[in-house]
Amino acid sequence: MADYDLTQTHIIHLDEPKHEIALSTEKLNVYYGENRAMHDASLQFERYRITALIGASGSGKSTYLRSLNRMNDNIANSRVTGKIMYRDLNINSDEIDVYKMREHIGMVFQRPNPFAKSIYDNITFALKRHGQKDKKYLDEVVETSLKQAALWDQVKDSLGKSALALSGGQQQRLCIARAIAMKPDILLLDEPASALDPISTNTVEETLIRLKEEFTIVIVTHNMQQAARISDYTAFFHSGRALEFDETRKLFTRPKIKAAEDYVSGHFG
Amino acid sequence: MDPIKASLLKKSRAAKSETRGKLISLVCISLIVFIVLAIFYFVASRGLATFFKDKVSIGRFLTQSTWNPSLKDSHGHPEVGALPMIMGSFGVTFLAALLATPFAIGAGIFMTEISPKRGEKLLQPVMELLVGIPSVVYGFIGLSVIVPAVRHLFGGSGFGILAGTCVLFVMILPTVTSMTVDALKSVPRHYREASLALGATRWQTTWKVVLKAATPGILTGVVFGMARAFGEALAVQMVIGNAALLPHNLITPASTLTSVLTMGMGNTVMGSLANNALWSLALLLLLMSLLFNLLVRLIGRKGAMNR
Amino acid sequence: MNAKKWDKVATAVLTGIAGLIVLLLACLLGYILVRGLPHVTWQFLTKPAQTFTKGGGIGVQLFNSFYLLILAMVISIPLSIGAGIYLAEYAPKNWVTNVVRTAIEVLSSLPSVVVGLFGFLVFVIQFKLGFSILAGALVLTVFNLPLLTRNVEDALKSIHFTQREAGLALGLSRYETVKHVVIPEALPNIITGMILGAGRVFGEAAALIYTAGQSAPSLDFTNWNPMYIASPLNPMRPAETLAVHIWKINSEGIMPDATAVSAGASAVLIIAVLLFNWLARVIGKRVYRKMTAA
Repeated sequence: MADYDLTQTHIIHLDEPKHEIALSTEKLNVYYGENRAMHDASLQFERYRITALIGASGSGKSTYLRSLNRMNDNIANSRVTGKIMYRDLNINSDEIDVYKMREHIGMVFQRPNPFAKSIYDNITFALKRHGQKDKKYLDEVVETSLKQAALWDQVKDSLGKSALALSGGQQQRLCIARAIAMKPDILLLDEPASALDPISTNTVEETLIRLKEEFTIVIVTHNMQQAARISDYTAFFHSGRALEFDETRKLFTRPKIKAAEDYVSGHFG
Repeated sequence: MDPIKASLLKKSRAAKSETRGKLISLVCISLIVFIVLAIFYFVASRGLATFFKDKVSIGRFLTQSTWNPSLKDSHGHPEVGALPMIMGSFGVTFLAALLATPFAIGAGIFMTEISPKRGEKLLQPVMELLVGIPSVVYGFIGLSVIVPAVRHLFGGSGFGILAGTCVLFVMILPTVTSMTVDALKSVPRHYREASLALGATRWQTTWKVVLKAATPGILTGVVFGMARAFGEALAVQMVIGNAALLPHNLITPASTLTSVLTMGMGNTVMGSLANNALWSLALLLLLMSLLFNLLVRLIGRKGAMNR
Repeated sequence: MNAKKWDKVATAVLTGIAGLIVLLLACLLGYILVRGLPHVTWQFLTKPAQTFTKGGGIGVQLFNSFYLLILAMVISIPLSIGAGIYLAEYAPKNWVTNVVRTAIEVLSSLPSVVVGLFGFLVFVIQFKLGFSILAGALVLTVFNLPLLTRNVEDALKSIHFTQREAGLALGLSRYETVKHVVIPEALPNIITGMILGAGRVFGEAAALIYTAGQSAPSLDFTNWNPMYIASPLNPMRPAETLAVHIWKINSEGIMPDATAVSAGASAVLIIAVLLFNWLARVIGKRVYRKMTAA
């Protein structure tokens, strides 16, 4: 891997009110102990759009994503500085109730992690814990979220079956259904298709494209074709920095930064 | 104001449940630590009374060999020499460990190197059952089988260190074996492969390579076994004869710290010298248990350094 | 050739040792069961014990053992789950946690007679509980807590971290996630450990001699009011258990048929332990199957 000039960046700014910004970060830094894993990342995520975060492994894209709904809080010795703006609030602050915040900023992980419960309970469990008792509403949510996640037709007759009996691709779509059942504003996805076969990947991608009508989506992917196929914006990460952020079409056809150019053209990664 | 925005600034139900849960679990763990401290405090405060209140010298306590706490000797010193019990406890502990270690290593090698399949199917459950048998049952078998057998073979009453050793041997065998098995299993496979590839037989490989690499783990097992033997009360008490005399051979009645404690605690008055002296024995037992713990740690650290 | 010969000899010797150990267990079990089982009749299991005459039973002791076990488990299960959750989920990596872990390790290796004497001093004398079931249950809790706690901690840690992340990402607290997701998944292991702990408690005697006491006053099995002095449920009455009974009759030796009664009682005790071992396996497996299938 060549040495790149890390001071040279190309980050476009999305102006309101032309673009409605659902979430943004200002000078976000992540530290693990002494190690600085993210340097001053400032990005914006437009509402009802898919933004892809790309970069080689170790570039910091997952670290960045996980700090957006403060999942890094749970890692010992980690520290996040800078602002994460959501609904005019800096949610990277002690005043914010992280649990409530995560109801609105949901996350789907790299490896499918359904609960060892029935398909139905996987989706309704959190809702019930949050106080939703209306059986009719819960039934409805199960059906709509499974339909949105393109899983309904395969499981509608076996909602009582253990989620662990599903295939990997189905499990991941169940996890997506579980996340959207919360009716979040924003959906963060951390390489959701990396553990799946090509056919399942394809289904998940189609699901995401449909979901952006209702949700703002930020997705980490190491698959450049995937980023190109589904996203509207793309951010390129390298060495713990966001170096380029642009419309996907532009970033893939005419990258401005040397590192991004090399990565997109397959020179490293 | 936007209701979602407002809700983000309020403490949610989940946050409250987290605070509550953390508190509950912290209380539980603190209780355990508190109990440990309390055990040390109470046993020590009683056990030290012999030395500070009744002015018995620690040296005499550890080295004198007459145990008769309700009497005083010709110089007016109370007769609280714990040496017979100390000798008894160490005697049965070392002998049992000496006997159990070769068996445990043999069984361990059989279970890991020779026939892992039969080891898992047969010996593993056997060990679990041996651990599970209550100590009074061991004591009863000792009393009704081993003691008569010793009497028959060597004469005397049959009670004594030999009978105690036999009972403890069976009781600590599973402890030492299971830890030996763990130690042998943790020896990387490539050690064996390298040795076998050089033309060594299985036995040579086991003896020279595997056992050597597993030594710290096996030693830890032996120490654990000794700790169990040292602290065992009833099974030993039932077969050792309960005579607080210096043991001269293995087949005359003797006693251990635990046996004197179980026999004597009910027959003494709280706060009397005789009672305090018993608590001193309990304190000694506690300190030995600590020492065994420390030993395990030291071996573990040394083993980790040699890796 | 010499090395090969040695190899064969060693293999034979080691196989012999393994066989000897199996034989040893077979003899132990055989001896107890052959000598004890003929005495185990319905009469023996239900009648009260006799001190000076033949033909006494173990009814009261058997009941006491189970009652004490249940009380001890009722106290120690929630405590050990709480403590296990702390160690597996919340304990920071620092010296305080190290001290806590060491304390638990020390407690688990303390001789049970020392734990019993502590219970005698604190529960029986200081708390003025006297020789009672309650004092016995408390001391068994102390005796059992470290192992149960470690068992819970290990069971929780064996559940993958991603399960907790899943709960957190849905806006649930760590505690809720552990309570409703992780614990149910760890249940097979937790239950297995609890039952094995119960077996250990059932056979324990040294810790009980000076806490639950060495006498078994006869019980009135028609009055179950816990406040009534002879009620089986009264937690303040002294209660000799089966294991203590075996020790007692063997060390006092007034009872004319002490050996026969001990053999019978030992057989019952061993069968109970075998049952606990078997239950631990079966129930653990069944719970696991129920959770992953269906």
